[in-house]
Amino acid sequence: MKPGMLSNFLKRGAIWGFIALELIFFTVAGEYLSLSEKAFMDVDNMLLLFKQSAPIGIIAMGMTIIMINGNIDLSVGAIYAICAIVLLDSMTWPIFAGLGDMVIPVAWVLALLAGVALGALNGLIVWKTGVDAFIVTLGSMLGYRGLVFMYNGEQPTSHLNWTLVDFAEAQFLGLHTATWFLLIVTAAIWFLMNRTVHGRNAYAIGDNREAAVNAGIRVGPHMMINFMIIGFLAALSAVVFYSESGSVNPNDGELYELWVITAVVLGGTKLTGGAGSIISTFGGVLAIQLLRKGLAHIGADTETVNLVIGLILIVVLFLDRQLNIKGKEELKV
Amino acid sequence: MAAVTKEQVGGFLARQGILVAFAVFMVGFTLANQRFVDPDNILGVIRSSAILGVMALGVTFVVISGNLDLSVGSMMSFSTIVVLDLHDKIGPALAIPAMFAMTLCLGAFIGFLVGYLKLNSLIVTLGMLSAIHGLTLTYSGGQNMDIADKEGTWFDFFGQGSALGIPVPILIFVLLAAVLGVVLSKTPFGRKVYAVGGNGTAATFSGIRRARVVFTCYLISAFCVATAGLLQASRSLGSQNTVGQGLELEVLAAVILGGASLLGGSGTIFKTVIGVLILGFIQNGLLLVGLQFYVQYVVTWIIIILAVWLDIAAKRGKLWSPIA
Repeated sequence: MKPGMLSNFLKRGAIWGFIALELIFFTVAGEYLSLSEKAFMDVDNMLLLFKQSAPIGIIAMGMTIIMINGNIDLSVGAIYAICAIVLLDSMTWPIFAGLGDMVIPVAWVLALLAGVALGALNGLIVWKTGVDAFIVTLGSMLGYRGLVFMYNGEQPTSHLNWTLVDFAEAQFLGLHTATWFLLIVTAAIWFLMNRTVHGRNAYAIGDNREAAVNAGIRVGPHMMINFMIIGFLAALSAVVFYSESGSVNPNDGELYELWVITAVVLGGTKLTGGAGSIISTFGGVLAIQLLRKGLAHIGADTETVNLVIGLILIVVLFLDRQLNIKGKEELKV
Repeated sequence: MAAVTKEQVGGFLARQGILVAFAVFMVGFTLANQRFVDPDNILGVIRSSAILGVMALGVTFVVISGNLDLSVGSMMSFSTIVVLDLHDKIGPALAIPAMFAMTLCLGAFIGFLVGYLKLNSLIVTLGMLSAIHGLTLTYSGGQNMDIADKEGTWFDFFGQGSALGIPVPILIFVLLAAVLGVVLSKTPFGRKVYAVGGNGTAATFSGIRRARVVFTCYLISAFCVATAGLLQASRSLGSQNTVGQGLELEVLAAVILGGASLLGGSGTIFKTVIGVLILGFIQNGLLLVGLQFYVQYVVTWIIIILAVWLDIAAKRGKLWSPIA
C-alpha cells in the first residue's frame, strides 16, 4: 500500500461513515425514544431532509471553492437576506405591474444579479486592496446587514405569489424543487472544480500562491470569480427558499455563515486552502441536517443541536489533524 | 524648516490614520450637533461602549498571540444567564465568583484545544460559539432569566451605580484596560505574547512555552468576557439567551480597527480602546446627526476596510495590492 493511502481513504470516507453511523443511531434510538410512529428512515422524511438541506447546501458549495482558493466569506448570510428582499420586493414594484406572472423570472434575475454584484464587490476589494478576505467579508457582513435594515427597518418584507409557491412546492420525479437545485448546483460546481482550468487554478492558488503566481496564473481574477460565484449561490439559495415562504425578516440568514463553514469543514476542506472536495461538502451538509432532524426525532431539545454540532466540529478537527500527522510520518519512511 | 515631503505626510497618515480619522469624526460630529461634545453625552457613549470594550481587551491578547476568538459573544450570553440565575439561588456574593469560575473553565477548555492540542483557533472557537450557545439554552431551558427582587439587591451596582461621580462600568473598563495594558507592554508575559504571535517557531526555539502563553491568553479573554457578562447582567437585571449574539464580530471589528493584525504579533491595548471608542462615537454621532441606527453598520464596514487597507498599504509602500 502506498504511504498515506490509508489516511487518505479514511479522510475521504469519514463523512459517509459518519452519516451511516447517524442513520443507524437515530433509527435504533428512534425505536425507543421517538414519540412518532413513523420510522426515521421513512422515505418522506428522507425527501424532506434533502429539501431542508438545500438553503445551507447551495451556499456551502460556494464556500467550498472559496476555501479551496484559500479565502473565506463571512458575508453570505447578509447577501442571502438582501437577495431575498430584492426577490420579494421587486415583484411589487410598479414598473413591473403589467408583466403578470412574467414578473417571476425578472425578480429571479434581479435577485441573482444582486448576489453576483455583492460578491463581486467583496472580491474586488480583496483583490485590489490586498486586505485579508476574513476582514473584508467581516466588514461587509456588517455593512450588507446594515443595508438590509436600512431598506425596510425591522419590518418583514412579504409578498406571496402563488404561481411561484406552486413551483417551489412542486415535486419532479419525486424530488422537491429545492432538492433539484441543490443537486444541480453540486454537479455544476463539481464540474467546475474538477474539469475546468478555473477549478484547477483555484486549487493551485490555495495550495501555494507563490508557486501559482510563478506559474503564470493570475490570482486576482480567479479570486474575484469565486466571490461572484458564492454571491450567486447565496442569491440562488435565497431565491429557492423565499419563493416558497414569501416573507423575509431582516435578521434572516444570520449565523448562516457559521452553519455553512461547519458543513464545509465537516466535509474535510482545509481552511488553509488547496484541498477539499465538493462531494464531501455535500456529505457534510447532509450530516448536519441529519443531526438536526435526528435529534428532533428522538425528542432532544432543539438547543442540544448547537451543543452537539459544536463539539463534533472540534472532534473532527482533532481527528483530521491526527490523520494528517500520521500521513506525514508515513511519507518520511 | 525642513520641507515635509509627500511621502512623509502619507506615511504619517497611514501610521496614525486611525487617530486622525477619530479626530476628524469628532470635529465633524461636533460641528453637526453641539450636543455631541456635551459631557453627559460623552460619558453616556463610553458607558455603553464599556461592555464591548471589556471584551475587546481580552480578544486583543488572543489576536496578538496569533489566534482568533469567535466564541466571546455566546460566552458572554452564558455568563450573563448564569450569574442572573445563581443570583436568586445562592445570592450575589457567591453568584459572581461562581460565574467567573464557570466562564474561566470554558476559556481554559478553548485554551487547551488551541494551545496544547494546536487546533485551528478559527474552527475551534466557531465550534465553541455553537456549543456554548447550546449550553446556555440547556442551562436556562430557553427561558429568559430575570432577578425576582429587582429593588432590594445591590447587584445593580456594577452596571448602574457610580463611584466618585463616574459610572462604575467606565471605572471597570478603564481599570481593566490599565492593568491589561501594563501586563501586555511591561511584563515578560506580554513580550512572550508578541513573540508567539509574531513568529511561533522562533518563539519556541528561544525557549518560550507557546502552548502555555496561548492558554493564558484565552484565560484572560474568558476573564474579560465574564466581567462583561457581569456588567450586562447588572445593567439590565434580566436577560435573553441571545444577549451576546453577534458581539464576537463587533469586538473583532473594534480590535482590527485598533490596528491589530489578524496574523498576530501586533496591536496594543491603547489602540484597541481607541477602536472601541471610534465604534461607540460613530454610532452615537450618526444618531445625533439624525441618521437611522443601521447606517452605523455601513459606516463601520467602510471604516474597517479603509483602516486595514491604509495600514498594510503603509507597510508595503504601495496603495494597490501586488496581486496580479
